[in-house]
Amino acid sequence: MAESLLVVENVSKRFGGLVAIDRASFHVKTGSITALIGPNGAGKTTLFSIISGFLPTDDGRVLYDGSDITAEPPHKRARRGVARTFQIVQPFATLTVRENIAIGSHLWQRSRAAALDAANHVALAVGLGAQLEAPAATLTVAGSKRLELARALAIAPRLVLLDEVLAGLNPSEIRDMVPVVRELATRGMTILMTEHVMQAVTALAEYVLVLAQGRIIARGTVQEVAADPGVVEAYLGAGAAKRITAGTPHA
Amino acid sequence: MKKYWPIAVAVGLLAIVPFVTTSNVVLNFLITTLLIALVGQGWNLLGGYGGQYSFGHAAFFGTAAYTTAILQVQYGINAWVGLLAGILAGALVGVVIGVLCFRSGLRGSYFSLVTLAFAEVLRIIASVTPITGAGVGTLIKLDLRPESFQFQSRVPFYWIALILVALSLVVVRAVENSRFGAYLVAIRENEDAASALGINTFAVKLAAITISAAITAAAGCFYAQYFLFIDAAIAYGPRISIDALLAPIVGGAGTLFASLFGALVIKALGEATKLLTGDAPGLDLVIYGVVLIAVVGLAPRGIAGLLTALFRWPFRTLAQPERGNG
Repeated sequence: MAESLLVVENVSKRFGGLVAIDRASFHVKTGSITALIGPNGAGKTTLFSIISGFLPTDDGRVLYDGSDITAEPPHKRARRGVARTFQIVQPFATLTVRENIAIGSHLWQRSRAAALDAANHVALAVGLGAQLEAPAATLTVAGSKRLELARALAIAPRLVLLDEVLAGLNPSEIRDMVPVVRELATRGMTILMTEHVMQAVTALAEYVLVLAQGRIIARGTVQEVAADPGVVEAYLGAGAAKRITAGTPHA
Repeated sequence: MKKYWPIAVAVGLLAIVPFVTTSNVVLNFLITTLLIALVGQGWNLLGGYGGQYSFGHAAFFGTAAYTTAILQVQYGINAWVGLLAGILAGALVGVVIGVLCFRSGLRGSYFSLVTLAFAEVLRIIASVTPITGAGVGTLIKLDLRPESFQFQSRVPFYWIALILVALSLVVVRAVENSRFGAYLVAIRENEDAASALGINTFAVKLAAITISAAITAAAGCFYAQYFLFIDAAIAYGPRISIDALLAPIVGGAGTLFASLFGALVIKALGEATKLLTGDAPGLDLVIYGVVLIAVVGLAPRGIAGLLTALFRWPFRTLAQPERGNG
């Protein structure tokens, strides 16, 4: 197995005149939890869509477990073991929670009964055991986020791309969800997550990538990137780092 | 097998009819109803379960009807062979339309409009091509022998129509209980989420349109044998495309009996209208339109949805629907 399960090399994406991703390169170490952070509009979701195959790249390569998957459609990447969640939840609304998850389980289970059975186990693992028969449309925000995660896990992935699974949750829901995500890593999955909730990034991520205006501007541990003046400026505006170190609050 | 008992019950009830009455009026009504049910069941698989709303199922119906008619009239081929050939030809048209539409990523109303366009183009071609009889149409030679798929009485036709409908119900139920069916519904609900879970959405939709076309094609062959005449307007006209989607939508698209329920309702309404208005041409179509508006507006899940709601209504105060609490 490759040391880096995912390698992104010089990936660029333009939408008309807008450069959404500008020569982004990084590695995600096998078995790690890596966070991709950055201000709104930095290109995090675009980058996720490129890695999961929903958007074509204009340039560069995506390597998964040593193979070039740049040109593969999403379903082939899923079969290789790349799972993703969607920032805006995408449930199969009229299906029950169990049926939703079973769609993922079907990747390796041909029979309906086996897939539904496998779905039960996944639901329990993410704390949806009580809502198995509820239609997905009736779930709360927190429930829908768990369902996103459960469906992704049902395909038995090796790489899990979590796109803001904590966004929209209240602090106690976040506290409940963090251990669920950590559990995935202890079960051997590699996780790349985008997140705005820094509390969760600090608690989970071993390695952080900072994306701003389509470029990776910093990388390292949480402490390292938090101390990086470039990162502070990306979030708070030009000159912010200098003012903070000078101890003068800006006007 | 217990999942198939409702089919056995429904088909069993319909099977009683020929023993109760041999009235041509009743049988003719039921045969045309079963015909619409079959046309609609094909649509139901693709549109109801797969969420791909075709406005051009006449393309499959008409191709099958012409295939079986032309094979008999021009080439003297047996009608039963024609039935198989017609189903295959209809399915083939399904594959072609499916590849073209789904390969280019047409979804929603774009898919609907392109299917409508295909049916219309076929209608125009059929109305000018010599082999289809062009504007005159094709008349299948009268040959009232079972070997020729023609019968003196309507009763055998009724049995054949019922068998075809029963088969279509079994096929759809089998799809419902398969991985393919689960994938099809997932695509209807959310195509992106489906492909993120490893579903080859193109392949699933293509398989669905092929089976869907084959079912509707069977109805086309049956039509040709029952009426022994087709022309471009009958075979490829919008009337069949409308019946194909109206019946399952009225019945409750995406449910097993949608098309059969819906066909019974719209045919009964159509006949009632004719009785009341003395066969004013086109008035039944007006009624269809009103029914469609009423169903979409008041009961978007059709008769099946209404029945479920009615059945649950007395229990609603006892069992509130569960809500997730995170």
